[in-house]
Amino acid sequence: MTMNTGHAEHADDDGDDHVPQVSTYLIGLTLAVLLTVASFWAVNTHLIYGPGIPVALASLAIAQMGIHLVFFLHLTTAPDNINNALALAFGLLIVGLIVFGSVWIMWHMNYNLMAMGHPM
Amino acid sequence: MSAADATVALRDPYHVGHAGESQARGHGAGGPASKRIVVGYGFWLFLLSDIVIFSCLFAAYAVLAQATAGGPSSKQIFDLNRVAIETACLLASSFFCGMASIAVAKRSRLWTQIWLVVTGLLGLAFILLEVSEFSALHAQGDGPTRSAFLTAFFTLVGCHGVHVSAGLLWLGTMMAQLFAKGFRADIRRRFLCFTMFWHFLDIIWVAIFSLVYLVGTKL
Repeated sequence: MTMNTGHAEHADDDGDDHVPQVSTYLIGLTLAVLLTVASFWAVNTHLIYGPGIPVALASLAIAQMGIHLVFFLHLTTAPDNINNALALAFGLLIVGLIVFGSVWIMWHMNYNLMAMGHPM
Repeated sequence: MSAADATVALRDPYHVGHAGESQARGHGAGGPASKRIVVGYGFWLFLLSDIVIFSCLFAAYAVLAQATAGGPSSKQIFDLNRVAIETACLLASSFFCGMASIAVAKRSRLWTQIWLVVTGLLGLAFILLEVSEFSALHAQGDGPTRSAFLTAFFTLVGCHGVHVSAGLLWLGTMMAQLFAKGFRADIRRRFLCFTMFWHFLDIIWVAIFSLVYLVGTKL
């Protein structure tokens, strides 16, 4: 590569002036550690109603993923970032359809097959 | 001009275009977005499609988690101490990857390489822990062929492990390129994609350790 193209490339690359802050990562790390510790604590505590623990763990996991997106991946709704947030929203829609749809359908199939195999 | 800009900023703080022409780049009058923004967006779309793949594996695991076929259940084979160490390794690795991206933004060759080595060693520790877990399970006859539950478990967690291994390979390549070619614009964009990939792996791991390992000990 010649110096010329190198300069041209440098000229049109401007999104890099913004230096990420160490404090952003430290806040993210602290929150992530707190949520992780809370998850491991929630498994063995008796303070949470037993059957509710998976829901508590799912909530903590979703919260931690949000922390990672904001503080590590720097996802914002700033003008140069709004497309990323919209794409994420679409991705979440697909993920929700796949996971909840599969579990819902398979649970009903198991339920129906069980009734046939062992009539109650 | 600056007064008009201020008015637009007031009426349309996120530059979504509801207050006439926005001056932000990538929004009509602002001109095209920078290459770095476009590359980051494209790689983000790839990561989202990878998340969709993982969601299929999660759905398969959720459906098959109880199908143990007389073999061990998740409660019997999961070792939460190992999972806690793995989680700590990957989270710290993600943090040091962020430190490396700050070093790149500040154009510090030494600190970039130092933080990347730390990132890589923590990732390697994670992979070694996972391999030891898998080989122990395989040695006691609980490999992926034992039951549908174990097939789904090995596929989901193994797919994440393969991603981390590929990430380690990429990390080594990035270190070599940063060393040999310096902080060229194209190398920095490549590095941006690598950091996104590495943080994304930690996000997937959050879902795995919570919904597979921790919930699994309760089933």
